[in-house]
Amino acid sequence: MAEITKLVHKYLRHDKKFPHVWCPGCGNGIVLGAMIRAIDRLAYRKDDIVMVSGIGCSGRLPVYVDFNTLHTTHGRALTFATGVKLAKPELKVIVVMGDGDATAIGGNHFIHAARRNINLTAIIINNNIYGMTGGQYSPTTPYGMKASTAPYRNIEHAFNIAELAVTAGAVFVGRGTVYHARLLDKLIEKAFVKRGFGVVEVITHCHTQYGRRNRMGDAVAMMKWQKEHAVRVEKSADMSEEELRDKFTIGVLVDRELPIYTEQYALVREQATENLPRSH
Amino acid sequence: MKPSLVSSKQQVIRSQNPESRSDTAQGARHKEYIGQRVSFGPEPYAFAKGELMARKGKKKPRLLQGNEAIVEGALAAGCSFFAGYPITPASEISEILAYRLPQVEGTFIQMEDEIASLGAVIGASLAGAKSMTATSGPGFSLMQENLGFACVAEVPCVIVNVMRGGPSTGLPTNPSQGDVMQARWGTHGDHPIIVLAPSTVRDSFDITVKAFNFSERYRTPVIVLSDEVVAHTRETVVLPDPDEIEVLDRIRPSMPPEWYIPYEDTSSGVPAMGIFGDGYRYHVTGLIHDIRGFPTARTDEIEPFMRRLFRKINQSFHDIQIVNHFMTEDAELIVIAYGSVARSARRAVLDARDKGVKAGLLHLVTLYPFPRRDVMATIRDARVVLVPEMNMGQISREVKRVNEGMSQVATLNRIDGCMITPQEIYDWLIKEA
Ligand SMILES: Cc1ncc(C[n+]2csc(CCOP(=O)(O)OP(=O)(O)O)c2C)c(N)n1
Ligand code: SF4
Repeated sequence: MAEITKLVHKYLRHDKKFPHVWCPGCGNGIVLGAMIRAIDRLAYRKDDIVMVSGIGCSGRLPVYVDFNTLHTTHGRALTFATGVKLAKPELKVIVVMGDGDATAIGGNHFIHAARRNINLTAIIINNNIYGMTGGQYSPTTPYGMKASTAPYRNIEHAFNIAELAVTAGAVFVGRGTVYHARLLDKLIEKAFVKRGFGVVEVITHCHTQYGRRNRMGDAVAMMKWQKEHAVRVEKSADMSEEELRDKFTIGVLVDRELPIYTEQYALVREQATENLPRSH
Repeated sequence: MKPSLVSSKQQVIRSQNPESRSDTAQGARHKEYIGQRVSFGPEPYAFAKGELMARKGKKKPRLLQGNEAIVEGALAAGCSFFAGYPITPASEISEILAYRLPQVEGTFIQMEDEIASLGAVIGASLAGAKSMTATSGPGFSLMQENLGFACVAEVPCVIVNVMRGGPSTGLPTNPSQGDVMQARWGTHGDHPIIVLAPSTVRDSFDITVKAFNFSERYRTPVIVLSDEVVAHTRETVVLPDPDEIEVLDRIRPSMPPEWYIPYEDTSSGVPAMGIFGDGYRYHVTGLIHDIRGFPTARTDEIEPFMRRLFRKINQSFHDIQIVNHFMTEDAELIVIAYGSVARSARRAVLDARDKGVKAGLLHLVTLYPFPRRDVMATIRDARVVLVPEMNMGQISREVKRVNEGMSQVATLNRIDGCMITPQEIYDWLIKEA
């Protein structure tokens, strides 16, 4: 049996009614594949994994996989995940969000989860648009591009999600694309094993809503665009601002150590019980 | 669950001078004003699981405010997770739990807002913790979307809303009962809900325990609708020993995981609840789902699901609907009241009886599901029914709805940020007699 078939049998839900909701050619499946390969390599127990998502095309991802899965409200995945993790710190909690989900309606939760350094992995699928609701502009739609709610052009400036995560205090931040599949596998694996709040921003395409409106071609053409516009973090250090103008960096942006919330709270508990009257 | 009879003088004094209790200048000044600073030394609040047991047999009377009693009730019911965002007049609940929960291996977290607070509470409950949040009007508004999630995904949790004057930032922090309808209908979509209203400090304890029990038994969010008067009134209470308290836990699946159908109908309408990490892997969603938890658009799956949500509450009215009768048997004038107003009404009824007026009180502890049968049976033979409320008439609408023209229903409404005093109700009773 091919490796991929084995993983499909092992991790996809058998009792779920298929087909899935995604357009043919959508990048969401590639992200799911990368996550499953990382989970398999790390030999996590299915029972120990909680996969949490928000609302959007990306939010539908957990329903297909055989873990503890939680499809929350739009933008709020990290808040639910925080509760799960604090109540059962031994669980591996993975959060999947879209760009609108994580940085518009959920932007506040995102920076606060990073600041707290809650021990979670956040995978943000950035397709530069609100896919599910029909191509309205998101906080990552580039300046000048079109969207169903920016029929002339988008006059807002885009968030750089990975850099936002760095500034907010995430201990691991990586950026990959669905084109650079092997790098993505590695980044996701690194984020999973990292203790603390780890973020992987995945640049992907929504050819249906974003590509079509902006004449960027089909899924393949948009993946080629990713190939041509991505620059490795290491290489970007030697490039001029001019050369980097329409490029984005991929690789590990940050990997550092900061105190982890759950561990700190365990110490608070010790402190809280120190002076308690003994009883029998 | 009888409301204790304490003079309401303390409350009356407390309800004046609203300026000294603005949201911005709250904190120290507020606590100073109410005369009893919340102290955080190990003395009043420090007792762990073991000590709860050790206290048995020597029930000490304790001077508590309503918010403190809610904390005591929550801990007695097994609450081990709290997430909240500060807001007067609910903040004491957060402050005390921040101190107490880590002592009993529980977890407290202050989130970035009330949306996040309820999100975290739901997540913690799915991971097996009995969970609670507490807020007031503006925060309660922010919680509405996730409240609906908890209804649809059937996640047990307790939401305390200590009502203050609204709408908007409104009257921080004067008493009000303006959120009754919001508690019932605040989240969008058809849904059943359980709403309980404490009227005294002791009530606050008992009702919080009940709220946890109902949330676990029926797998539903339960709203404790307190009000500023109840929350901040201090009185001496004797709390029950742990072994006198009934504590219920959600039913967990006992079959092998491969046989588990997470949203399967049962005679009670309440499916067994798997806990994340326990081997019963399943999908939880706010989308309408089939019995396996997967999103569905099939009419033959949507309808049974929605009907079961209602049925699990509707077939248990006998358990959920709690009312207290006070001198209603022969009463010609019936007062129907809840929250702090019920306490004023009780005093007024007693005083009116002294004057020979046949008055009685139906004290609603459960506001929703609305105790229709109890109300109908009680007001059938009454001449006039009075519904005093600190709002423009929210429960009186319900009373009129179920009255069906049997009795005359009068209202007494205060919306000026002050409580309804026994005197006001007494005056009405004397006038009507
Ligand atoms: C509170 C709320 N507001 C709006 C919506 C409607 N809505 C559903 S998905 C979505 C946007 C999704 O975009 P994104 O997060 O970028 O994910 P994608 O679909 O592109 O994967 C919106 C606005 C909602 N479900 N809830
Ligand atoms: S609309 Fe866009 S994001 Fe959604 S499934 Fe289709 S391609 Fe993917």
